[in-house]
Amino acid sequence: MEAPTGAAVQALTRDLRRRSHVILMRRVLVQFAHPVFERSRVQRRLLDAIRGMEHLTIRDLYEEYPTLAIDVRREQLLLLEHDVIVFQHPFYWYSAPAILKEWQDLVLEHGWAYGKGGTKLRGKITLNVISTGGPESAYQRSGYNRYTIRELLAPWDQTAHLCGMRYLAPFTVHAALRVTGDIEVIPSQREYRRLIEALRDERIDLERAAAVDNLASELDHVLAPREVA
Amino acid sequence: MTDSILFQAFVYLAIAVVFVPIAKRAGLGAVLGYLIGGVAIGPSVLGVVGTEGHQVMHFAEFGVVMMLFLVGLELRPALLWEMRRPILGLGGLQVAISAGVVAGAAMLLGIGWKPAIAVGLTFAMSSTAIVLSSLAERNLLKTSGGQAAFSVLLMQDISVIPILAVFPLLGVHVATEIIDVTSEAGRPAWVSALLLVGAMVGVVAIGRFVVRPVFQFLAGVKLRESFTAAALLIVIGIALLMQQVGLSPALGTFLAGVVLADSEYRHELESDIEPFKGLLLGLFFISVGAQIDFPLFGHQPLTILGVVAGTMALKLLVLVALGRAFNLDRPARWLLAFSLAQIGEFAFVLVSFGVQEKIFEPAFASMLVAAVAISMVLTPPAFIVLERYVMPRVTERAEQRPHDVIEHADTPVVIAGYGRYGQIVGRLLRANRIPVTILDLDPEMVDVLGRLGVKVYYGDASRVDLLHAAGCERAKLFVLAVDNKDEATKIAEAVRHNFPHLTILARAYDRPHYWELRALGVHKVYRETFGSAHETAIESLKQLGYRAHTAHRLARRWRLHDEQVIEELGAIYASDRTGYWERTRLAMDEAERLMREEDPNVYEQGDSGWDNESLRADNEVDAAASTTQPS
Repeated sequence: MEAPTGAAVQALTRDLRRRSHVILMRRVLVQFAHPVFERSRVQRRLLDAIRGMEHLTIRDLYEEYPTLAIDVRREQLLLLEHDVIVFQHPFYWYSAPAILKEWQDLVLEHGWAYGKGGTKLRGKITLNVISTGGPESAYQRSGYNRYTIRELLAPWDQTAHLCGMRYLAPFTVHAALRVTGDIEVIPSQREYRRLIEALRDERIDLERAAAVDNLASELDHVLAPREVA
Repeated sequence: MTDSILFQAFVYLAIAVVFVPIAKRAGLGAVLGYLIGGVAIGPSVLGVVGTEGHQVMHFAEFGVVMMLFLVGLELRPALLWEMRRPILGLGGLQVAISAGVVAGAAMLLGIGWKPAIAVGLTFAMSSTAIVLSSLAERNLLKTSGGQAAFSVLLMQDISVIPILAVFPLLGVHVATEIIDVTSEAGRPAWVSALLLVGAMVGVVAIGRFVVRPVFQFLAGVKLRESFTAAALLIVIGIALLMQQVGLSPALGTFLAGVVLADSEYRHELESDIEPFKGLLLGLFFISVGAQIDFPLFGHQPLTILGVVAGTMALKLLVLVALGRAFNLDRPARWLLAFSLAQIGEFAFVLVSFGVQEKIFEPAFASMLVAAVAISMVLTPPAFIVLERYVMPRVTERAEQRPHDVIEHADTPVVIAGYGRYGQIVGRLLRANRIPVTILDLDPEMVDVLGRLGVKVYYGDASRVDLLHAAGCERAKLFVLAVDNKDEATKIAEAVRHNFPHLTILARAYDRPHYWELRALGVHKVYRETFGSAHETAIESLKQLGYRAHTAHRLARRWRLHDEQVIEELGAIYASDRTGYWERTRLAMDEAERLMREEDPNVYEQGDSGWDNESLRADNEVDAAASTTQPS
């Protein structure tokens, strides 16, 4: 008997998952980065919304690595143990806080994540969960930021692509500055939790999720109806 | 009024409060302070205490018992077993030889052989109380000399038992009806032996099986004073038991201490007994001082001084010789000899016992007591002589281990001082394959590191010839890591003067030392405990709920400010003391504002890039401007 090929195994697993998604859920890793979390309003609420969920690992990178000295082997091991990698962070200067760049530079090694033999992340799903100061209208050709969020996230998109990962549309909370300390719950909290649940339980249409602009506002559009057993 | 207990207590406590701090300040040590205080209140000077001094002393001797209990607590059974050679060998020989030599000298002076032997045995003893306190006070207990002295003292305690048994044989007649707690009157030898063994086993059994459950029970009750009471009860109970079977109470409690050294209540016991021990020992020293009979001394000063000097000299010589025979190095040998040369408090007991047994005439006995007391009082000064005059010489001689010849040192880095500090620097550099030349003045360290394969040159880094030999002309960097600040300053001077091209990184003891080194032109100075304290502070912030990254950033900001302030303060420290304190106070306020980012003037390492408050304000203005239509 021939050993099953990689593709065959993947297809088999996919099939199995579809049949019994409760048992075979995707494991989700949230790589969270906020240098002054104490002052955070939106990011804190988003994180609160998903804390304690099953099959979810949240890692607070600035807390893990206060001096930015990243433990590369440990990070790689965590990536291997998860199927969905979420980068959650404020959208500083059209990108992420410094520790995430450091993380990318060191963890996504040649021969491991990309290049010859670099297949370890292949097939995993990844996306950014970000908060911006400006309103959505600012991220338009005509707006003062001139580019759309998706355009500005091009380096993340291409990084995922080079590593053979599926890059989904971002979950963007706009106008985070308008959120004051007094508001107890923001609408994005519920949406974020639904997104993570859908990713975990494989109830999301990945094709559509990769194509839309913002998962925060278009979540209903990409959710696959729950299959009846 | 002078008879009341309160008055007595007042006098003794006053000495502890007045004399002891003064003596300590003057560098004489606490023990000497108590002794001088005792002399001052004694019958011969102020006469505040009279004959009851003896009783006080009897009571205060209990401090010695407590001290040995505490010493035992520090000594695990395994450790004690390791010390069997010095205890039995060194200690046994000290008692035997010192007793023999002193007895011989006494016979030469025309004393009969029986009293001579008794005098020898009596004078062979040293003062556990004074010696252990003095050693502990100077942090010398853990040195090889201190350990040797402790072993000998322990053996002396043990040998009191056979000595007490021998004394009746030396008397004019054998007295059997003397009632003395330390005698084993009226019991056949085998019963005594049995009792002795039984008592020892009993002590071990109590330590092993009784103390723990009792303390567990008391811990459940949560009454602080019942713990203290239980601790005292243990010590006093064992002392009583030992007296009953004719063993030294000190020895018994020591044994109990050793048995309890492994128990989880060790620290509890220590902290409970410690204050009692301190006060009682102080009381003991005071009563020794008060006991000196100056009128008697006035009658025959030369005889007494002769006896003291002769005895101490003989014991000293015996101890030096024994130290040599037991392979102690020179400083340890001299420490051993100087610390044990006096005659100890056991002598008081033995002399009075000797009088009872009709070995000594009463007049002779009081002369002996005076000699004992004076020799004890002379011990703290002897320590001072040892420290100031003998130690420098013997260590210098030890240093005559020739400075190592450094063959062709040609490394970019020279490290002076390879202790706890220098080793961190050296190991990190060596791990990076940077060759270093290492100088150190501790022969033990040099040998130990040699065994580990690290070549350390033995030598004094302030000597210019050695610096040349270490390759300072060609080196780039000089790491000054010696722990002695005066030594460090000397080396910095020598290096700056002879090799001005060398960059010096130096370890400083404290702020004044920091400025001293900076003034010499040392390029970078590091306060020796700053780094680890800084890390402790970071972890403290984290433990209090600060975010790890924030704690690090705050600590770094604080550190930069502190490093800047210390440089500024250095400029005015020597010249402008008021300005110095003012600036120091100001700096504290600054640091506080800096943490809260309230003061733009001291704002150094801002993180306003992450701060969106100003953005938010902007945004609200924009929003207000744009929402012209009613909402």
